[in-house]
Amino acid sequence: MEIGSGYAVQMRGITKKFGSFCALDHIDVDIKKGTIHAMLGENGAGKSTLMNVLYGLYQSDEGEIYLEGQKVNMKNPNVAIAHGIGMVHQHFMLVDNFTVTQNIILGNEITSGAGVINMKKAREEIIKTIEKYGLSVDPDAKIEDISVGMQQRVEILKALYRGANLLILDEPTAVLTPQEIEDLIKIMNNLIKDGKTIIIITHKLKEIKESADVCTIIRRGKYIDTVDVKKVKEEELATMMVGHAVNLVVDKTEATPKDVVFEIDNLTVLDERKIPAVKNLSLKIRKGEIVGIAGIDGNGQKELVEAITNLTKVAGGTIKINGVEVQNTSPKNTIDNKIATIHEDRQRRGLVLNYTVAHNMVIEKFKEEPFSKKGFLNEKEIVEHSKQMIKEYDIRPDNCELQPVRGLSGGNQQKVIIAREVANDPDLLIAVQPTRGLDVGAIEYVHKTLIRERDKGKAVLLISFELDEVMNVSDTIAVIYDGKIVKSFKQGTVDENTIGLLMAGGKDDAKNS
Amino acid sequence: MQKIANILKKQITSTIIAIIFGFIVAAIILAATGYSPADAFTAMFEGIFSRPKYISNVIIKSTPIILTGLSVAFAFKTGLFNMGAEGQYIMSSVFATIVGIKLDLPPVLQIPMVILAGVFAGAVYGAVVGYLKARFGIHEVITSIMLNWVALYFSNFIVSLKTFHQPNSTATFTVNESSFTTILHKWKVSPEGIAWLKEHPTIMDVLLKTDVNIGIIVAIIMVIVISILLNRTTKGYELKAVGFNKDAAEFAGINVKKNILHSMIIAGAIAGLAGALSVTGVQPHRISTMAAFENYGFNGLSVALIAANSPIGCLFAGLLFAGLLYGGQSIQSTIGAPSEVINIMIGTIVFFVALTRIVPVLADKLAKRGEKHAH
Amino acid sequence: MLTKLFLLIGITLMYSTPLIFGGLGGVISERSGVINIGIEGMMTIGAFVGACVGYYTENPWLGLLAAGAAGGLIALLHAVASITFKADQTISGIAINLLGSGVSLFLCRLFFEGATMSKPVPHKLPKIFGSHVSNNLLKNINVDVTVVLALVCAILLWFVLYKTKWGLRIRSVGEHPAAADTLGINVTLTRYVCVILSGVFAGVGGASMTLAIISNFTPTAISGQGFIALAAVIFGKWSPHGVYGACILFGFAQALTVLLGGGNFVVPSEILSMLPYILTIVILILFVGKSSAPKADGVPYEKGSR
Repeated sequence: MEIGSGYAVQMRGITKKFGSFCALDHIDVDIKKGTIHAMLGENGAGKSTLMNVLYGLYQSDEGEIYLEGQKVNMKNPNVAIAHGIGMVHQHFMLVDNFTVTQNIILGNEITSGAGVINMKKAREEIIKTIEKYGLSVDPDAKIEDISVGMQQRVEILKALYRGANLLILDEPTAVLTPQEIEDLIKIMNNLIKDGKTIIIITHKLKEIKESADVCTIIRRGKYIDTVDVKKVKEEELATMMVGHAVNLVVDKTEATPKDVVFEIDNLTVLDERKIPAVKNLSLKIRKGEIVGIAGIDGNGQKELVEAITNLTKVAGGTIKINGVEVQNTSPKNTIDNKIATIHEDRQRRGLVLNYTVAHNMVIEKFKEEPFSKKGFLNEKEIVEHSKQMIKEYDIRPDNCELQPVRGLSGGNQQKVIIAREVANDPDLLIAVQPTRGLDVGAIEYVHKTLIRERDKGKAVLLISFELDEVMNVSDTIAVIYDGKIVKSFKQGTVDENTIGLLMAGGKDDAKNS
Repeated sequence: MQKIANILKKQITSTIIAIIFGFIVAAIILAATGYSPADAFTAMFEGIFSRPKYISNVIIKSTPIILTGLSVAFAFKTGLFNMGAEGQYIMSSVFATIVGIKLDLPPVLQIPMVILAGVFAGAVYGAVVGYLKARFGIHEVITSIMLNWVALYFSNFIVSLKTFHQPNSTATFTVNESSFTTILHKWKVSPEGIAWLKEHPTIMDVLLKTDVNIGIIVAIIMVIVISILLNRTTKGYELKAVGFNKDAAEFAGINVKKNILHSMIIAGAIAGLAGALSVTGVQPHRISTMAAFENYGFNGLSVALIAANSPIGCLFAGLLFAGLLYGGQSIQSTIGAPSEVINIMIGTIVFFVALTRIVPVLADKLAKRGEKHAH
Repeated sequence: MLTKLFLLIGITLMYSTPLIFGGLGGVISERSGVINIGIEGMMTIGAFVGACVGYYTENPWLGLLAAGAAGGLIALLHAVASITFKADQTISGIAINLLGSGVSLFLCRLFFEGATMSKPVPHKLPKIFGSHVSNNLLKNINVDVTVVLALVCAILLWFVLYKTKWGLRIRSVGEHPAAADTLGINVTLTRYVCVILSGVFAGVGGASMTLAIISNFTPTAISGQGFIALAAVIFGKWSPHGVYGACILFGFAQALTVLLGGGNFVVPSEILSMLPYILTIVILILFVGKSSAPKADGVPYEKGSR
């Protein structure tokens, strides 16, 4: 395509290497003004890297960037900002203990001489933008006190405040409810009407279908194709993204639940500020059943998990496994009572990154024979055990038992945790955000494992912010809102919108329960 | 390329590079201030190696800092920063002295009692830091800094008490002779001992002119014990897991608070061992009023850093450190250059230890580049 | 009674002043995300350079300036190690402490005929009411000009950190450097400036010891003040006003010790001397709260990491 002023961005031959790894290999992209353009690819495909090059965070080794027909040297984000490019990162780039206003003006402060910030004027300016595009947020609230959806709006405001005409949104819907996604699409349309251009980076096919006009697919650092979204099916997009045909539906048979093995009764848990985060919550899980908890981050999921795993004390109610109360004891007691947990934060809670794979495999069992005897570790047994696990769970590289787990990919780190927890032969397996940050292959693997454990007769509790995941994998879907289970559904008896509404605190108008 | 990278990746390489830089910087400073670096280093090495007595003194001086270094390194491995080795050392020397003065049993009982008193005092002092961190979440560095001063004044207080104070001095009485861990301390000053030693001048040089004591043997044993504890036992596994990632350890059912406490108790006990062995092994076998810290604990910090927190490394780093400090005095006495050039040198070594921690990272990059060229 | 009270205030301010400078240095460095446990060494260098320049130029103000510059210079080493080389900031800080005392004593021997003590400066920094005060009350609170300077610096730093764009940027770099970077703020430069400034503060703090409180450099002129300042930074929750308060509190405990020790008090002076340190621990136990350390404190910034 010709270089021309009708394009907001044109990239030519962009190549970026990290050491010997080629993250981007001669990529060409054309983005028309006034469109919503999606960049589709798996985790690690290079789509974020490409956008970071466009934003000046990385410098490409080869290639050129043209903005409205003019060649621009993007040597740092300042250049990008000066050319009207704004970026909303997947992990928000917000300072938690700053106010909304402070975050927006940072680096571009309105001052009244001598560097003193003129807060009043800054505030007025921001309120103007908020009203223009319908981005409701409180300019004086601290970031740590507002919802993720609002934080995203702050990020958009940051870009608009700097006069952005081109907005790059990295995985914008990853943490939003269906309703919030609708709001976001409205906001995006407002922006397009105002003549702005939007690029969304994503690996979610559905949101591309819902919002984008054009989609460019990138796979393993290579350009694959650019397509008109209206003319392709989700399955076609998926095939182009992964490189081979994929099954978008989770394969599973009907559950055959048996006795109740795990029971939460009237549970109340306080958060760090001593405010109830879980309020009189009750929940039952039977053997051979996956119960999925759908909800927006911050509705008590974290505290619920902490209470079950005994990382925190409960303020009231009971948690019973096999009829034994385990609340207010110790994490050790939870494990001893056959509850295994795949924690959402695998690097903080799940693994000791500096320990070898072998040592991580026994972190709950190192005191037991045969892994130790009379206080001394039996390295041979530990290594043998881990070799077996590596083989059984296909952890790669396949001779990694003596390597620090730090060096493994995210998916393989997750497999280490899954292998360890499942090997504990638990009665209840808890999986919290088990597929976060994983690529399609690893996600499939995790889901299959959960279902396999169910079929073996285990009780499984799945907690996820990804509504699709909860809907596809669970046999029973329980919606959590404001620390309570507001409603439970059998799989297949409810649609996404109903759940989405309940997740956002809406009244239940579902006919089927 | 791969071979070079592998060598560079070894911890010891970084350390040696840092030590070389220390010498270079010291040489530059000496040259810039008009002294001959060659003469200075010759004087220093002669001050370390030229007489058996010197070597013996270096070993004796290395004993307490090997142990305080081991204490710091151990705590580091378990995720704690033991700035308090200084205070633990002081408390230990105080209680070892008290018991050594007040108790007079046969040496077989007396020596263990005195040393245990010191070790116990150090352990308790370490436990205070551990408890405050585990129970109240107060950072161990702050409490350690404060407790170091408390220990210093407590030591001065004990020195000032009538029951311990030796009149017309700034020190306590010496501990009872039955507490001495100096080797052959009675025999070597007896007539027959002197007669024998006169015929063996090398041994005499060492035995009579320095306080040869069992300390270094104890230190080596401790190095081995701590190595085994850290690397071979379930306790070591727990302690290190808490050190590397206390959140994951807690989640896996390991009691984090208990391990913090245990770690500080062990670290305190090791530093305490240093204090007690100094009282029993080295003249003047007593404690004196202090105007400032004597830096046994703080030097342990440098030793641990140079050793990259390896227990075995502490042994060599301690010897190096003691050698530099002891041999460094010869620089001043021989060529007149300020002996503090050694402190600058040690500072430089530690500084480059901090910098050269990135050498393995660079080596990785080098190796990767090598791979790429190979294909 | 009033005389005693004024004396108490005077001594409190005297003891706390070097700590305040050191503490402010700690605040500015850690607010930008660089842990600085080398304050002690930077103060030592400042103490020596201040006394040495003050002695040779016979001008204490030049001495104070030179002390600040020397502190900044040695802080530059810490900056290079911890920012450019992403070295372990704790180790680098300890190295700075070793170097600080080593270099000071080495130079002292060179400039003062092999002695580890410098000769007294001919003119100390002035007192706020001048050197000829006959009124007993005034005499007791006729504190050094550095006391005022410390207060001014604390207020100034507070103003810069919380009211100006530079402060906003410094704090953002210490909390979330990646966010600052994406907004075009130069993380490296900001941290360099802050670390160097922390050295300047510490250097001036050291000199406030040897040019105002005492009049020469001794090996024990700076013994532990830098570490206590560090404790004050944590205790004062990384804010200039908090640190100022923490240092005053510590100075007050020291002053109490001095005053009580002077009379025929039953408690031995050695036990009294422990008071400030034990008091600090007790206060920490009583008022321990959520740690408010800057989130990126001690974490080297890697481009592209989150």
